[in-house]
Amino acid sequence: MKDTQRVIFVIVSLLGMLLLWQLIVWTADLPAFVLPSPGNVARRFMQILEDGSLLRHLGVTLFEVLLGLSLGLILATLTGYLLAKSRPVERFLAPYIVASQSVPMVAVAPLLVIWLGPGLLSKVLIAALIVFFPVLINTIVGVRAVPEDLYALMRSLQATRWQILRHLEVPAAMPVFLGGLRVGATLAVIGAVVGEFVGADRGLGFLINVGRGMYDTALVFVAVFVLVALALALYGLVVALENHLLAWQRRETKDG
Amino acid sequence: MTLSKNEPILSVKDLQVTFSDANGDLQVLNPLSFTVERQEFVGVLGPSGCGKSTLLRVLGGLLAPTDGEVLFRGEALQGPRRGVGFVFQNANLMPWRTVFANIALPLELQGAPDSEIAPRVHELIELVGLQGFADWLPRDLSGGMAQRVAIARALVHDPDVLLLDEPFGALDALTREQMGAELLRIAIDARGNARNGSRMERKTIIMVTHAIDEAVYLADRVLVLGPRPATIRLDVSVDLPRPREESLRYTPHFGALAQHLRVAIG
Ligand SMILES: Nc1ncnc2c1ncn2[C@@H]1O[C@H](COP(=O)(O)OP(=O)(O)OP(=O)(O)O)[C@@H](O)[C@H]1O
Ligand SMILES: [Mg+2]
Repeated sequence: MKDTQRVIFVIVSLLGMLLLWQLIVWTADLPAFVLPSPGNVARRFMQILEDGSLLRHLGVTLFEVLLGLSLGLILATLTGYLLAKSRPVERFLAPYIVASQSVPMVAVAPLLVIWLGPGLLSKVLIAALIVFFPVLINTIVGVRAVPEDLYALMRSLQATRWQILRHLEVPAAMPVFLGGLRVGATLAVIGAVVGEFVGADRGLGFLINVGRGMYDTALVFVAVFVLVALALALYGLVVALENHLLAWQRRETKDG
Repeated sequence: MTLSKNEPILSVKDLQVTFSDANGDLQVLNPLSFTVERQEFVGVLGPSGCGKSTLLRVLGGLLAPTDGEVLFRGEALQGPRRGVGFVFQNANLMPWRTVFANIALPLELQGAPDSEIAPRVHELIELVGLQGFADWLPRDLSGGMAQRVAIARALVHDPDVLLLDEPFGALDALTREQMGAELLRIAIDARGNARNGSRMERKTIIMVTHAIDEAVYLADRVLVLGPRPATIRLDVSVDLPRPREESLRYTPHFGALAQHLRVAIG
């Protein structure tokens, strides 16, 4: 009941936005290269969907995002665990990690493209670097928050290092870790697109560049909408993962 | 291992624990010596912060003594041992595991096959009276139910020593008395469960508590620790008959023992 209501709300508000958009186009009488009408955008969308170029560019960006997210995730989780468990490692690495956060990734992206070339690698690395920090922080916070008494319990049961990791640290840190992943997943999309802006010959970011260069504003709109859809889909996947893994945490509230 | 029936299961000699940190040294346990016999129920009373939990952690092998020695079955204690069950001050359950999975944890860690785990866990669930709650999560349990799960978990791998750190401290007075009586039924009187007749051998129990009447009602012997750094102020035998009946609480002898302890604690 609640769910269908929510869906209806979303549909109504989307339709409202489209109507508003169309009204602005009509009343302001703007040229299509400033503000294309919804119809224009929809036609452009169908066009590049049919000639296959949209899916090709989407595939490239998706691939970069997934690789970058995975790489960032793996590096951040491993480093975060080490930092959480070892004071010396923390003292040694913390200054660099904090400093690296004050460097805007957008400014570093051109360097990475110069060093690694305009291909896949630079995009993956930029995405990975952007994902790294929030996941790292959440991994540290999650592992540090594991209750001392549960460690004592595991030790009293003579659990091995591996058993403590698997049966205590991973599940206990999971809620905070997934919070980091949720942020990281959307950041990975931004990272890949930033990389494509700087230098690329394919991908949705490249498509936006092309559209801008040719005053094909409808194309820019299409690429932006597809990017939003991509980010939302990734976010939704993480939320679904949370619902699955953290069912023990979810309180069924009577009033939704 | 050769162990004569009469050899103490635990013997503590000149045990000393000092915590050192940036602010200096904190001596928690002054030289302490005592022994615990097989199947004895020892209650430990003492003022707050005197080192009761610290003592229990040493006995469980979770904390190495600064000085002195602890012999477990005649051998120097080095780290946690098999055959010891721990119950912590709070129930200390894993919130992501169901009642069943929490109780199963010790067996899982020992690598027992599922076919062995399931019947054993259900036996324990019945023993502590939680039939029908196997699939519940800790967040949905009352304090008393959670503590039952903790006790079942401590018993599931059939240890012969139980270390209990104020296991009923967080419960209301009525529930606490009830849980105490159940603990005796399960671990001391070994009357088993009426329904399936399961029996366990009588346990050796060391239980920290802050309730004098609880110590008298449950234990064979009560150690009273002084303020930090703790020494043993009093070591009293509780010569009340077993199985302990509820009515014992209201006898003059019970009252006199409680009074004696009360005075010793100061
Ligand atoms: N790991 C530790 N490092 C430093 N000090 C500690 C540590 N563990 C305990 N202490 C200190 O040692 C003293 C005794 O602590 P302990 O927990 O054993 O007391 P307790 O008798 O169990 O107290 P309570 O009745 O409150 O449970 C306290 O002052 C405590 O702050
Ligand atoms: Mg304590």
